[in-house]
Amino acid sequence: MASVLRADQISKSFGPIEVLSGITLALMPGEVHAVIGENGAGKSTLMRILSGHLPPTKGTLYLNEQERRFSGPVEAEHEGIVLVHQEILLAEDLTVAQNLFLGREIRRYGFVDDGAMRAKSRAILSELGVTLDPDTEVRRLSIADRQLVQIARALLVPHKVVVFDEPTAVLTPVEAESLFEIIRRLRAQGVAVLYISHRLNEVKAIADRVTVLRDGRLIGTHDIEGLEPIEMARLMVGRDMSKLYPDKPETASDQVVLSVRDMAVPGYVEHASFDLKRGEILGFGGLIGAGRTELFEGLVGLRTSTGSITLNGKPVRFTDGRDAMAAGIAYLSEDRKGKGLLLQQNLRVNLTLAALDRFSRGSFVDTAKEEATLDTAIRDFDIRARQRDMLAGQLSGGNQQKLLLAKMMLIEPQIVIIDEPTRGVDIGTKEQIYRFIASLAEEGRAVVVISSEMQELIGLCHRVLVMRNGRVAGEVGRADLSEDAIVFLATGVHEERAAEIAAGHV
Amino acid sequence: MTETALRTPAPSRRFKIDMRALSPFLALVVLVIAGALINPDFLTASNLTNVVTRCAFIAIIAVGATFVISGGGLDLSVGSMAALVAGVMILTLNRIGTPEVSTLALGMLAAIALSVACGMANGLIVTFGRIEPFIVTLGTMGIFRALIIWLAAGGTITMRNLDLRELYRPVYFGDVFGIPIPVIVFLAVAAIGALILYRTSFGRHVIALGSNEDVARYSGVPIWRVRTLTYVIQGICVGIAVLVYVPRLGSATPTTGLLWELQAITAVVIGGTALKGGIGRIWGTVVGAIILELVANIMVLSNFVSEFLVGAVQGAIIIIAMLVQRSLYRR
Repeated sequence: MASVLRADQISKSFGPIEVLSGITLALMPGEVHAVIGENGAGKSTLMRILSGHLPPTKGTLYLNEQERRFSGPVEAEHEGIVLVHQEILLAEDLTVAQNLFLGREIRRYGFVDDGAMRAKSRAILSELGVTLDPDTEVRRLSIADRQLVQIARALLVPHKVVVFDEPTAVLTPVEAESLFEIIRRLRAQGVAVLYISHRLNEVKAIADRVTVLRDGRLIGTHDIEGLEPIEMARLMVGRDMSKLYPDKPETASDQVVLSVRDMAVPGYVEHASFDLKRGEILGFGGLIGAGRTELFEGLVGLRTSTGSITLNGKPVRFTDGRDAMAAGIAYLSEDRKGKGLLLQQNLRVNLTLAALDRFSRGSFVDTAKEEATLDTAIRDFDIRARQRDMLAGQLSGGNQQKLLLAKMMLIEPQIVIIDEPTRGVDIGTKEQIYRFIASLAEEGRAVVVISSEMQELIGLCHRVLVMRNGRVAGEVGRADLSEDAIVFLATGVHEERAAEIAAGHV
Repeated sequence: MTETALRTPAPSRRFKIDMRALSPFLALVVLVIAGALINPDFLTASNLTNVVTRCAFIAIIAVGATFVISGGGLDLSVGSMAALVAGVMILTLNRIGTPEVSTLALGMLAAIALSVACGMANGLIVTFGRIEPFIVTLGTMGIFRALIIWLAAGGTITMRNLDLRELYRPVYFGDVFGIPIPVIVFLAVAAIGALILYRTSFGRHVIALGSNEDVARYSGVPIWRVRTLTYVIQGICVGIAVLVYVPRLGSATPTTGLLWELQAITAVVIGGTALKGGIGRIWGTVVGAIILELVANIMVLSNFVSEFLVGAVQGAIIIIAMLVQRSLYRR
């Protein structure tokens, strides 16, 4: 069979640095082709070249076996190559229909024809198996629904090749399953799907073939038959990855350090109660939107909340994030770029921001001490920065997370709350972060891990609390930790039925 | 996308950052050369001293504006505030009346106290009212301006005691070792401003707040206090500028300080401070203020363009400065 899109010996350099070298890849119609690799392996660059956002430095693209050069993404789109971006790029104040047709509005007598666009939107959404009202403002949609709108928008143009860039990074299993349903539908229509993901289990479930990149080089293209996730990880990293999670430290005690009763965050959380013990890693699972982040933001005073908090036996009340930090509670936001780090500032400024008092002599900042601490942090946390004066925004996702960890550890917290510790982080860095979290517990700190990756909760935590619709739905003890147990509490149904629910067979 | 950013060759980026910080200084050099070519009188010590003295008010106010703007805010009320503070200061001096140093001290104290209060009002409304600083300071700009018109009954407030005027005169017209006092004050304000912005944790917090308010909040920065304080600093700077301004003419009118906010913001932006916050350059601001005054001076000396068009040229400069910044940033 002839390929619909083929890259032959593609290389890409930015200045003197080659980020891709000699990549060859053929996309067949009706196949789901996964591209995997660590952060920095060149996946995104390859995607951008294939979808016309970047020209290759060397090598040739063939469209339907004809040599082709794209002047830009618009031209690639005309040829039916569409890219579904990783970030949500929608205008929040516009409705679903207005977003779908943004920049390509249907017009009648020079005026926008809302009726026609609404009708067409409804048709497209139902074709994707999505039930969304075209008149809803995007700001009122969940992240998962926004993602679906973004996909619908991409598929609005006639398409032969659809590129998904880490589409499930923000989705829960049920939501991911409905996305897979869309992808399978595309495949059945003879569309070629290029699928980039960190989640190897998903790749196993959805892909027909897998291309592995490492350090900008092609490692190989394999059929999915007989290729297990553990083997994919080994190909990506270039070494054995069977031991991703460290041993759970045997430091979990019965000594309650933090006790929360009847916590409520208006609009998000009701009647949440739990205890956190010294030396334990407590997981918080649940679907996105279940109120996990809001619960902890309320707890540390970043949102208004009610309820009683007892810290080391004393009742406390935090009115802003500062209070909680002073009391020894660090909260690491899931939104690293938006709430964790100053992307336009350098590493030193970011590192010391939360603990600046410790770097002050009188009212002046002791820069020499800051620099020394940066040295220590770069070494202890293995932050890989090509230069010390880089901006935080120039670090890869994994290194940003390490910098954020280093930053919050400077306040020497007794309780560490980490929201989505490995979102957007490559697998090699994941392993480091897991080991670090385990070491926190070994040092006698109490750790809360909020995660949408169930494997992570199971591999890392002593016990897991699961939230559903703003309430704590239940607890899974160490002996009972399994994906099914978590999914059951998160959704009220067992995992095998989740796929059916997503497919609308219930 | 992260990959691309990560692997962008580093040396050129460093060069770019330097260019951004350096461009106002380069512009200054170019202007001085241009001025020297156009008129031989330009490069005389007396002319240059005159230029720097004349820009002192705007420069001092602009140092305060650097704090507000790099903290992600904006203050449009500075011109009206200066007029109001000048008027109240002169009224205070007239009320006490005796030509003594203590009178001057009390008048100055009143001026600084009022300017702190005005800045505090701006800061508190922005912070606790959670209203856009543009709107808040647009409102207070109108209020301050109306108050000075009302106090002056539409006319002029003048220092009545001539002996007191004579006593106060050296603060604008005097010099120390040949350096005019306004210039000394302005350099001192800039040096203290630079010290606070670059060396203290408060200054670090201002930059953090301007870069990303959420990150600052999640990092435990006391954002309400920091934000309010930037407006208070702006107020103090206006107060200091007024102290130097009043002896120059010895009066305040409804048109005192008109469009100073435009000139202060222009000086800040020319200097390389980011209007959206997160980057603050005190010395750039100082150079920006000098550039504005130099352009006016060169226009007066050259006869190419009518000096009535100075405002238009200064307006054009702010737009050009933004375009230059943008192109340096993109490349």
